[in-house]
Amino acid sequence: MTVELRELRRSFGGTVALDGLSLTIEQGELIAFLGPSGCGKTTALRCVAGFERPDTGAVFIDGADVTRVPANRRDAGMVFQSYSLFPNLNVRDNVAFGLRVRRRSADERHSRAAELLELVGLGGFGERYPHQLSGGQQQRVALARALALQPKVLLLDEPLSALDAKVRVNLREEIRRLQLELGITTIFVTHDQEEALSVADRVAVLKSGRLEQVAPPAEVYDRPATPFVAEFVGTMNHLPGRVSGETVEVFGQTLPLDGTAPGAEVDVLVRPEAVRVTPSGDGRGFILASSFRGSIARLRVQLDGGGEVLADVPGHEAVRLAPGLKVDVTLVERPVLTAPRTAVAAPVEPVG
Amino acid sequence: MAGVTWRRLTLGVAAVYFLVPLAIAVWFTVYNESRGFSLGAYGRIVSAPGFGESLLKSLLLGAAVIVLVLLLALPALLAVRLGAPGLRPVLETITTLPLIVPPITYVVGIANALRGGTDALAATPFWQTLISIQDENFPVVLVLAYVMLALPFAYRSLDTGLRAVDVRTLVEAARNLGASWPYVLFRVILPNLRSAVAGASFLSLALVMGEYTIAALMGYRTFPVWIVTVSGNDGQLSVALSVLSLGLIWLLLLTLSGAGRKSK
Repeated sequence: MTVELRELRRSFGGTVALDGLSLTIEQGELIAFLGPSGCGKTTALRCVAGFERPDTGAVFIDGADVTRVPANRRDAGMVFQSYSLFPNLNVRDNVAFGLRVRRRSADERHSRAAELLELVGLGGFGERYPHQLSGGQQQRVALARALALQPKVLLLDEPLSALDAKVRVNLREEIRRLQLELGITTIFVTHDQEEALSVADRVAVLKSGRLEQVAPPAEVYDRPATPFVAEFVGTMNHLPGRVSGETVEVFGQTLPLDGTAPGAEVDVLVRPEAVRVTPSGDGRGFILASSFRGSIARLRVQLDGGGEVLADVPGHEAVRLAPGLKVDVTLVERPVLTAPRTAVAAPVEPVG
Repeated sequence: MAGVTWRRLTLGVAAVYFLVPLAIAVWFTVYNESRGFSLGAYGRIVSAPGFGESLLKSLLLGAAVIVLVLLLALPALLAVRLGAPGLRPVLETITTLPLIVPPITYVVGIANALRGGTDALAATPFWQTLISIQDENFPVVLVLAYVMLALPFAYRSLDTGLRAVDVRTLVEAARNLGASWPYVLFRVILPNLRSAVAGASFLSLALVMGEYTIAALMGYRTFPVWIVTVSGNDGQLSVALSVLSLGLIWLLLLTLSGAGRKSK
């Protein structure tokens, strides 16, 4: 089942939530809608669920225009951000709610609920009530409930954002496992880039109700289509550079350009892991701070000419590269992206 | 420890304040210096003409008021909460209005409307409607007046109940699973609002069982009106009536709150 969003526009009062969003989600694909709050990702999902009606544009599920179809006839299972289990029903009846609405027999309801609870790892929890479950368990039940009717599309509206970090990682992997096992077309809304990059087949980055880029996670990370994507997904250094022909000069190095440059004076976009830091008495800066993260350490390097660069170095080098140390900074020889020169990066001046 | 002491003290003072007058009232109804201990006063109530009739009438009025108040307030509250949260202060103000207007004003207003209506509708079939809503056995016009009076209490009780559940998410979850709007209302919202609905119902019923001014001035013999009429100058009987109606209200409260707790 494919889902197609065609030219969706929606505004609330004076605020534009969706500004001509078009996107096709392929059969069996898990797509993540990623963006800051207010970017329209949740509104887009709610348009698919039928809780919002776009001002203009259309939503197609499996080729059929469902824009005017009420939410209860959409055949889309949804898991909500807040805990949404019916407090007056036990876990089994929650999972079987949709079957009950459709007047299925008690036998069918019970066996299907048991089957789904088994699937989400909560077999034997059927008689419990929602208030007796942890947050992670409640979201598992909500997932089972959403899947009970074998919907054409699964909609996940930041389902993990209320959970602890550890539970969040476990559950997102489990969601991905289930999604692959069932082959169900899924939209996963999140503001957490790590979450989006780790589970999705494709990531759609939204900004101000518009699509900035939609691509597989590695591509979004390595080849961000716009400066906004580069900034929002992962961390990005802005270093001042000067373009000449097919190359750009930055920190005294000449690097090949990735794509076309927006002008002569540009910001060169460099990931922290593409920055090398070596101890050097006459280097161009010194280490301001170091935060150890296990496998890597993130260094904040103060440049002599003003400005800062973030650099990721292997964790075992963290001892050697202590704050206060005079260092030299070089960039990995790879094609680099450029963006229009911004005031933010202005203090970062190349030395030498 | 101090907390427990304070709690007991407060509870004790409150208990004395409420229970002592009540106990004295009960004692007064069953003990007489000349005749000693006797339940005669209660016997006189039950055998007094019009007891069962007026009680039944008031209970029926109460039931009608409860149904109508819930049908008005609950969908309105849900609609405002889900569709137009900006209108909440407006609804709150509107539901407070009946508290501000004195009952005598209602009576004058209703009486005028009925009189004017009778003249205006005399030649039309609606005249029959106007007459039938003033039927002495089941005065619909009184139900409408009581609905107005009960609205502030019912609204607040339901509003508090709705505040305790995430209505929007529950509604959307149910809609997403295929539930129609009536299904959402009766199978999802109501079961999670049991105690609030029970509270609203009880307050409405208590109001109907205690309202005298409007009923008396409009000439209907409801239970409170009957109490005043029948007690006359028999002091013991009138206090016995008060005790009895208090007991009756308590009994109804227990029944309603029992029904509210059942499904947990």
